[in-house]
Amino acid sequence: MSAQTTDVLVIGSGFGGAIPAYYLAAGGARVTILERGPRLAADDFAHSLQLGTYNRIVDVVRGEGIAVVTGNCVGGGSVVYFAASLRAPAFVFERRGGTGRRIWPAALTRAALDPWYDRVEEALPVTRTDWSDVSYAGGILAAACRRTGHTCNPVPVAVDTDRCTNCNWMLSGCRFDAKRSMLLNYLPAAEAHGATIHPLHEVQSISPSPVSGHRYAVSYTVLDPDDYTCTATTGTIHAKVVVLAAGAVGTPVILQRSALLLGGIPAAVGRYFSGNGDRVSVADVNEDKVRTLLGLSRPDGVPYQGLPIGRPITAATYDYLDAEAPEYSRFSLQQIYFPSLTNVLAQAADPPHWFGIPARALRSRWKSWLTLLAMTEDDNEGTFSAVPPLTGSFTRLAPGLGLGTMTYRPTTRTRDGWRTADQALRGILERDGLAQVRPWSEDVAGAVTAHPLGSARMGDTAATSALTDTGELRGHQGLFITDGSAVPTSLTVNPSLTIAALAERAAPAITRRATQTGAEVRYGAPVPSP
Amino acid sequence: MPPHPEHPEHPGTSAPPARRTILSALTATVALLAAGQLPPAVSGAVAAETGATGWTVQTMEAFADTLIPGERRSSGDRAIAGAVTGPGAVQAGVIQTLTSPELPLAPLLPEIAALLNARALAYATLHLILLPPTLPSFVGLPFRHRTTLLGTLFDPGEPDRAIWQVLSLLTGLAFDSAAHLDTRQALDAHHPGLDWLDFPPPGADGLWRFPHYSYGKALATPHPATTPSGSPA
Repeated sequence: MSAQTTDVLVIGSGFGGAIPAYYLAAGGARVTILERGPRLAADDFAHSLQLGTYNRIVDVVRGEGIAVVTGNCVGGGSVVYFAASLRAPAFVFERRGGTGRRIWPAALTRAALDPWYDRVEEALPVTRTDWSDVSYAGGILAAACRRTGHTCNPVPVAVDTDRCTNCNWMLSGCRFDAKRSMLLNYLPAAEAHGATIHPLHEVQSISPSPVSGHRYAVSYTVLDPDDYTCTATTGTIHAKVVVLAAGAVGTPVILQRSALLLGGIPAAVGRYFSGNGDRVSVADVNEDKVRTLLGLSRPDGVPYQGLPIGRPITAATYDYLDAEAPEYSRFSLQQIYFPSLTNVLAQAADPPHWFGIPARALRSRWKSWLTLLAMTEDDNEGTFSAVPPLTGSFTRLAPGLGLGTMTYRPTTRTRDGWRTADQALRGILERDGLAQVRPWSEDVAGAVTAHPLGSARMGDTAATSALTDTGELRGHQGLFITDGSAVPTSLTVNPSLTIAALAERAAPAITRRATQTGAEVRYGAPVPSP
Repeated sequence: MPPHPEHPEHPGTSAPPARRTILSALTATVALLAAGQLPPAVSGAVAAETGATGWTVQTMEAFADTLIPGERRSSGDRAIAGAVTGPGAVQAGVIQTLTSPELPLAPLLPEIAALLNARALAYATLHLILLPPTLPSFVGLPFRHRTTLLGTLFDPGEPDRAIWQVLSLLTGLAFDSAAHLDTRQALDAHHPGLDWLDFPPPGADGLWRFPHYSYGKALATPHPATTPSGSPA
């Protein structure tokens, strides 16, 4: 039997995988995409919190000191994310962290990335929203900001707002095809140019290919759709170029497992892991004061009770994104909704805070909660154990729940950043008793993030980065990493647009490398049309 | 060694169990389940104990009741401490969630209960609390002591912390999301947890839509350095 071959093998089908897959396929290359999760479409996405529904496509991977929410389906994180589509502020690219020198590659500034952000915003597309799009919850944050002398913005989203029903089930995938996930733009465009997508194909390792004209052999297992811990078959595909985009929790583990096969990997793989500085708080809002202090009420006369209503992210304040402020003190504050699955993390004012009688009483006011996400500057202090699990990127304990190999112990600088953000939130929301704000407890899951980053990051210094500025793994020509693991630092905003822009920016370099390896492909396709 | 369905921490029946990494056991169980090698007697251990009197069930109910308390089901109820009126995690179906076929947890619950009862026994000894011999140790603790003990299980450095974290998440799922039921059906049946949250109902087709979702007016001034697409500069 002849070996299975392709020009470009893409591992993962989220933002980082789908975007290069499209440009390479549109340019004429044979493109194969391996995705460990299942393929679902709008009709498959259930409005239900029953076990066996959302946890088919979302995983919570628990490490030491951190829990990460990740996508597990064709389209990856773009299917389950909340679609907030923001450019990272210019100062982020200038961050120095604990290194004493600029962390991002010199070639990457906000100005340099802006043309690529433009392309992504056109392709998804991103909608600039207005106040009529802002949910009741976002409205509370906005009005409280104004009352305390702060600005507040409607948040741009990758959502067709005409199709959106404001159902607030984004974590389960969009039932109405309103959320502009990779399922609606880059992936179908790649398939239209001949790319093939193989769901339930979990890549295990990458090694040099013995097949002439091919650089890498990628080994995978095929998973049982009803039990991801069961392996049906295994296989190997030989590729001229590999794009590794298995997510910031998956990518470093695949590389670690491949380290010996590849003759070594950069020391920065599995280090510098960041949770984007994410810090979630719950504000227990006083309904009467919404009316008396903010002058707000809904058409039905209820002042608020709007937590479960509307899109999960609609408003944010950029007031703390001050380029002149010291590093670790800058952050955005965003209104956000998490399904009631996370209620156990909410803390009441009285001890024992996250459980017992006070936490139960807090739940009785659930619809009056306002959940908030601070995205701060953390210290890239996360690491992955050098020993990967036997298969996959984590040990699956149950559907939707895994045990990862990462450890995250927040440094004093990260904690100072969180404390500063906590104080800012209290300043906005607690004035005159509008609300009581407390961060999520760290007792149950450590820090919780849906924004894993940095675990195989780009940079100019070999000692502190794994990738060149085009996303190529140092010392391994033709092996590119284009997912969140490539992002060098936390971003102070939701990372999806930046991951996507970096993947757009990497596409020409991937194309060049594919050409050098004998693939007939050229770069230059327009963005996929919406 | 297969999990023990009895009550191995009970004084006189056996020594307190050696501390085990239940997460490792969980992993092994997943592998066994996947390979179809789990002895039926083991996987049936909890099923055989389904009555409210089962040692494991009582212990897990008491754990869940400490996290999200509810009222007693009857005057003789001991697993539920009766710290409040109204529903708690037990009423919300925590045992159904923990033994859900979607999870590989059921065969391990006797071990986990034993671990908790060993901790309760040690706690009671230290605090000179007399435990009723007919109840699992944790169930024998008064509510405020259950609460204090439970709080310490989450201290950094606690060797079994990960187990209590997973159990807490699942207890939360039972109450806050009716994890063992379709959400629409759970609402139709007035699931106690979803009712407690006042979870909004779906439309007639079983899907949620909110035609009214916004105050619909400008409520703040946007940041002056906002880009044309709405991002920070």
